[in-house]
Amino acid sequence: MTTMARPPATAEEIAALEDMARRIRVAVIRTVTRVKVGHVGGPLSSADILAALYGRLLRIRPNEPHWPDRDRFILSKGHSALGQYAAMALAGYLPLEEMYTFDQKGSRLQGHPDMNKLPGIDISTGSLGMGLSAGLGFALGARHLGRDVRTWVLLGDGECQEGQIWEAAHVAPRFGADNLIAIVDHNKFQQFGWRGGDAKHRLPPEDPGHLAARFAAFGWRVLEMDGHDMPEVLATLEAAAQPEGRPVAVIAHTLKGRGVSFMEGDYAWHMGVPTPEQFATAMAELGEPVEDAA
Amino acid sequence: MSLPMGRALREVFGEVVTELAASDPRIVMLDGDLGSSTRAQIFEDAFPERYYQMGIAEQNMLGVAAGMAEMGCVPFISTFVAFALHRPLDQIRVLIAQTGANVKITAGYTGLFTGRAGKTHQIVDDISIARAMPGMVVISPADEVETREVLAWSVSYDGPVFIRLVRDATQTLFQPGHRFQFGKVKVVREGADITLISTGTQTPRVVDAAEILAASGIEAHVVHVPTIKPLDEAGIVAAAERTGRVVTVEEHSVIGGLGGAVAETLSQHRPTRVDRIGIQDHYTESASDQELLDMYCLSAERVAQRVRRLLDSSTPVSSCD
Repeated sequence: MTTMARPPATAEEIAALEDMARRIRVAVIRTVTRVKVGHVGGPLSSADILAALYGRLLRIRPNEPHWPDRDRFILSKGHSALGQYAAMALAGYLPLEEMYTFDQKGSRLQGHPDMNKLPGIDISTGSLGMGLSAGLGFALGARHLGRDVRTWVLLGDGECQEGQIWEAAHVAPRFGADNLIAIVDHNKFQQFGWRGGDAKHRLPPEDPGHLAARFAAFGWRVLEMDGHDMPEVLATLEAAAQPEGRPVAVIAHTLKGRGVSFMEGDYAWHMGVPTPEQFATAMAELGEPVEDAA
Repeated sequence: MSLPMGRALREVFGEVVTELAASDPRIVMLDGDLGSSTRAQIFEDAFPERYYQMGIAEQNMLGVAAGMAEMGCVPFISTFVAFALHRPLDQIRVLIAQTGANVKITAGYTGLFTGRAGKTHQIVDDISIARAMPGMVVISPADEVETREVLAWSVSYDGPVFIRLVRDATQTLFQPGHRFQFGKVKVVREGADITLISTGTQTPRVVDAAEILAASGIEAHVVHVPTIKPLDEAGIVAAAERTGRVVTVEEHSVIGGLGGAVAETLSQHRPTRVDRIGIQDHYTESASDQELLDMYCLSAERVAQRVRRLLDSSTPVSSCD
């Protein structure tokens, strides 16, 4: 199976994807502010990657979410569900207004992605460390059934502390699973982390460089990118999707809370509800006109 | 006159899944580096390209199985129960049971017979754990005939199934032609004095125990429960009504397993005294199969002795000496 490279994105297409990432951030912060619950920092660090995937790279049919030959996407860092829901809404899977049902009684938008409630979620996640294994299962299953399906798994750098990630990493190259693309949202923060640094910067999940070295040592093809530079994200992920006989790990260097100054680089914004003043500041920084409170 | 010995359920597992795979290309086998023990190697010999050696990494293996199932495959699991259920429990919960993934958790080496591996491999609480998990079907076949039926049925069922397999040769209870009925108990002996309810490869030993009891004038009504979840509540109530006195027997802990399930059902629908024969609240140890059955009072002779003492002198069945 070969994947034909698409023509490079035009400047207009890149601008549209950048705006989609901006709108993902807006939707996440609007939702958290209104429903007063939800993770913030992680969805913001992965917003550009989610926009690139749902806006361009994933071979999907949002009006036919169970299309058998669709690309699979797994949000292994399931607590960034709001980011995925926003990207799916902007891609056409659900109305953007449905975001406000997040984590509410009867909602399809559960606290962590639930495939049995929301069509378009390829597998449920929320218990960290499991997504890469499920993704390898998709990749092997697609090959067994003769389907030209690519599987994309978005991992958190914190969840790479789970042993199961490395169980999957160990065995995937043995199967030559080059239809499996893991992207690590390497935002250098986790919920709490270790003592050290200053009040905002506790010690990170991984020293920079270790993730790339570890995946390479396990036999993966490794690419790195600035996870907030849309042309670089597109070019890197398109290169990752070209099968070369090995699974691919893309280390995306990102900033937790990206896009809102007071959230950036503060571990406390892993979860948090903005005050009305903070909400106004965030919308202004994201270039979003605000007519209502949230 | 005891029931004849039959083939080990692991041999049946290897052969039958291979037969089923011949006509169902969706079937794949995932092995945790124990295929030479579980006899999944029979499958590898026949379908090497459908045999996925996942190495000694069971959390990943169950996760991969979930992904393959969602893609449309029917994965079978090849490893021992300790590593098929306990080790990857959260992966089963989140990726398989909560999603309804079509994974067949064929758990090898259940019960006491682990080739003298001892307490790390002798799992006494797999029924309790598996049946408490929403969305999980739990089946414990009695012999080679029923195992063949159960494996074939499991492929026709779309969803997660936990199937208990046994390492060593066990007795044959059923004749060829026996039909496994999902969710139904099977009366294997009629009697009016006491109801004995059992599951898995313990059932043939209970049938033998009933014959021993008959020699001393006690006619036991013996009911086999292959499907522990969903439990045939009507069948359990009918079995209790037959004699008004129930003893459960299982090669498993007395906490939360078949005995627990029966007691839960009867206490609600037809309050009946239930005495539970099984492994008490402790871990087990290495010994030969026959020694283990004697140590834990699960041989036919020991079961008969305990039931007789219960009826004669109200000696608790937990007393095994």
